[in-house]
Amino acid sequence: MTQYRTQPRTSATFDPATIAEIQRAADTGIYDIRGWGAKRALPHFDDLLFLGASMSRYPLEGYRERCGTDVVLGDRHAKYPLHLETPVTIAGMSFGALSGRAKAALGRGASEVGTSTTTGDGGMTPEERSQSKHLVYQYLPSRYGMNPDHLRQADAIEVVLGQGAKPGGGGMLLGQKITERVAQMRTLPQGVDQRSASRHPDWTGPDDLTIKIGELREITDWEKPVYVKVGATRTYYDVKLAVHAGADVVVVDGMQGGTAATQEVFIEHVGIPTLAAIPQAVQALQELGVHRKVQLIVSGGIRTGADVAKAMALGADAVAIGTAALVALGDNDPRWQADYEALGTSAGAYDDFQEGRDPAGITTQDPELQQRLDPVEGGRRLANYLRVLTMEAQTIARACGKAHLQHLEPEDLVAITIEAAAMARVPLAGTSWVPGQTAGGSW
Amino acid sequence: MDPLTATPTPTSDPKDPIMAATLELDLAVSTLREVNARLHDPDLGADDVVVTHPAGRHSVAVGLNRPMTVTVKGHVGYYAAGMNQSADVVVEGNVGVGVAENMMSGSVWVKGSASQSAGATAHGGLLVVEGDAAARCGISMKGVDIVVGGSIGHMSAFMAQAGRLVVRGDAGDALGDSIYEARIYVRGTVASLGADCVAKEMRPEHHEELATLLKSAGYEDDDTHAYTRYGSARSLYHFHVDNTSAY
Ligand SMILES: Cc1cc2nc3c(=O)[nH]c(=O)nc-3n(C[C@H](O)[C@H](O)[C@H](O)COP(=O)(O)O)c2cc1C
Repeated sequence: MTQYRTQPRTSATFDPATIAEIQRAADTGIYDIRGWGAKRALPHFDDLLFLGASMSRYPLEGYRERCGTDVVLGDRHAKYPLHLETPVTIAGMSFGALSGRAKAALGRGASEVGTSTTTGDGGMTPEERSQSKHLVYQYLPSRYGMNPDHLRQADAIEVVLGQGAKPGGGGMLLGQKITERVAQMRTLPQGVDQRSASRHPDWTGPDDLTIKIGELREITDWEKPVYVKVGATRTYYDVKLAVHAGADVVVVDGMQGGTAATQEVFIEHVGIPTLAAIPQAVQALQELGVHRKVQLIVSGGIRTGADVAKAMALGADAVAIGTAALVALGDNDPRWQADYEALGTSAGAYDDFQEGRDPAGITTQDPELQQRLDPVEGGRRLANYLRVLTMEAQTIARACGKAHLQHLEPEDLVAITIEAAAMARVPLAGTSWVPGQTAGGSW
Repeated sequence: MDPLTATPTPTSDPKDPIMAATLELDLAVSTLREVNARLHDPDLGADDVVVTHPAGRHSVAVGLNRPMTVTVKGHVGYYAAGMNQSADVVVEGNVGVGVAENMMSGSVWVKGSASQSAGATAHGGLLVVEGDAAARCGISMKGVDIVVGGSIGHMSAFMAQAGRLVVRGDAGDALGDSIYEARIYVRGTVASLGADCVAKEMRPEHHEELATLLKSAGYEDDDTHAYTRYGSARSLYHFHVDNTSAY
């Protein structure tokens, strides 16, 4: 006789990971902190497709006809705007979160292909300044290491209001990574669990920001472009306010955006997906008549040239990458699998950037682990990767008949899910339906 | 005479024409941009500058980065003398938000009162406010010395990392919340202390330090025994489950 038995069944609501997290929380009494960005599935660039040219549009010859990739950032007010050869830039990642060698590698790779890198919460290091041809200096709520000499040495200034991984949250760097050098740069006691401010100390609200940007321009004699970076939430309003405050460039970072250390609950539950943020930002710029005059940089989950092309088709002037740049340097490389396992994880899943024990030697201040990253080799790998992203984006642009990446437009796109169609404001593939766009236009 | 193109008038000491020169920059006839550009110009030819008719303008004399004396005759708006390096700036009036914010060195001396966030994040130098300072005085200070002749508002020295804050009057609520290694001296009453900020013993070295600070701000007659020292209890330096109610 067959014995019919009920199979053990895990709950979709209380799945194994959820149960493990409840058990861990009960055991330790502290929330989970980690790096990386949102890991849950979200509507994203994968849900969009390009309509290549055929009868109604002409493609360009793949290897013969020119498809420009350069971009000028910050020509609204600055005497010296940035002129980059590729629209893929390196996002702000702090020295402290990353080793000095990793910062140098980012600078090498970016400079090789003519793009910019960005400092982070913790100031500018000489390694970084010397290796980066175009260096954007972040101006953050913590003002760690904030030095007017560095402001003058920078090629652009980025006023950071927030990050996609934690809009409304301040930075965090746990004691393991507050080595003597990091502590000294941030004026902190060595080894403290550092939680930086989430609000700027000397201004509140958009009117004050206008005055603050005015001050930064006066100090640097109106030479440098001023960016404003926001985590994606109320993006339509934030972008409008940033433009009013005088930003030359607005950086919008979606919720998939990476972080060095943030509460898991924050990473996964605060902010909106990159895809949903771009059309809001573009609408704000268009309504103010400054689209393409105040440039839009988009970040949060950019991995491929297709992502670059899609962000640009939706109206971005450039993109920024964080996580992908670290992976290109060697983060999560399978060659360190044994070490990842020793940390209870595996290559491809490692996200404990806050612990400072990175087997790849990137998100660490440990002197021995750091040696695992060769800045020259890392720089070469990053340059390769940036070239691939650029060539992939060009491949798509040519197929859509565009002689410059910036000629990509929303009309080149369709969505394969209703959610993505609604967020990106492009039609569902094979239909003319843009959910949420009622007759008479957008919200 | 155009004050922007005028050559400085040498005064009595012909052997040292640069040191002797005094220059007037008038904000009633020149733009803020013109005035700040002159102040940044290493070939200005004057180490003693008077800025007249500021009329509450923001960002007056910001980003100075060489030894010079700048006297501002009147009230100014936000960020007066912001990010100062090496210069000695005197404001003969009141100042708006963020006076001497992120100062690195030199001094900023306010004859009147200051609005919020005076000396915010400043790394060095001396800020003196003869009147009162509003909320968040010395917020995130990173090494500056601040002496306030009057009282200060709430949330002052919030997350103060390093440096010294001296208050001859009273302090508002939540003084020194989440303070790191900065030291605070208050003569009057403190409405309340912020998280992890505690009163501490005045040892001889503290009396000495305080006396020096008071003297540098022209208050050498104060009795240091009338002051209380405040600083970090250092109990929030590391994440700990028992501290959650303090965050
Ligand atoms: C290790 C690490 C450190 C970061 N540090 C900063 C920082 O100091 N300031 C900041 O504005 N953003 C910081 N970010 C966020 C990035 O600037 C960027 O917004 C994000 O990584 C983009 O998303 P992506 O990682 O999916 O490319 C950091 C990200 C990572 C991965």
